[in-house]
Amino acid sequence: MTFTAVLSALAGGLLIGSAAGLLLILSGRIAGVSGMVARAVGIADNGPPWLQAVSFVIGLQGGALMVAVATGAPAVTITSSVPLLAGAGLLVGFGTRLGNGCTSGHGVCGLARLSPRSIAATVAFMSAGIVTVYLARHLIGVD
Amino acid sequence: MRHILPGLLVGLLFGAGLALSGMIDPARVLGFLDVGGAWDPTLALVLGGALLPSALSYAFVRRMKRPVMADEFCIPQNRIVESRLLVGSSLFGVGWGLVGLCPGPAIAGLVLGKWQSWLFVAAMIGGMWLQRFFADRGHRRTPQFAG
Repeated sequence: MTFTAVLSALAGGLLIGSAAGLLLILSGRIAGVSGMVARAVGIADNGPPWLQAVSFVIGLQGGALMVAVATGAPAVTITSSVPLLAGAGLLVGFGTRLGNGCTSGHGVCGLARLSPRSIAATVAFMSAGIVTVYLARHLIGVD
Repeated sequence: MRHILPGLLVGLLFGAGLALSGMIDPARVLGFLDVGGAWDPTLALVLGGALLPSALSYAFVRRMKRPVMADEFCIPQNRIVESRLLVGSSLFGVGWGLVGLCPGPAIAGLVLGKWQSWLFVAAMIGGMWLQRFFADRGHRRTPQFAG
């Protein structure tokens, strides 16, 4: 990987972590995207105030749009298989609600405060992801 | 305003970070999960970069009586690792590994206008709804004790 890629990864990570820290300091809450989305669309009754969840979800897209406008739309490679997209989406939605969090809530916020639940969750989804990619790419040959 | 302002500001920073780091591209994420192939360490750098300010903020708020724009801190205190947590996180990991999208980059990526992102997010919300549906049904089956 190039030096620029390393720098932008670190800078992007610092921004993500600062965003999570800012929500904690301003509103006293965890910046968990799956929880925010579930709250914004009315699936979760508890969690952040509804207006905060909605503005967070809108802001998430606004921030990505700002970077895309400033630096040019990033290259994005994503499968065009409808069953794969639908199945993966269902699993991600169901799993993050059952497991109370995703990469942001457990990974960024939970690991930072050494929550045993978040450490266990992160190990579980990282391992499941690694096994899935291994099976799909190297054994079954789906890409 | 005290809900909208932090939500919007934090969302903007978060989304910008996801786009800047390259995590908005599922191929990069799959490259990180592909330890048996051409491994791409970017995600580890992003997570490492994110953990530093996140951890510092937890140390910082320890000295605060209350958040700046809210009445109290709502930080999960549950420390019990139960099967529900592990099963849910593993199911999420399988979906993540199939396409390379988790909720943050999926939502942020909607602005790029790809139909694949929209289909994924629609299915993701469907999955969230299904989980709630089964949880509610299970809840009704368990006997309710008053008092």
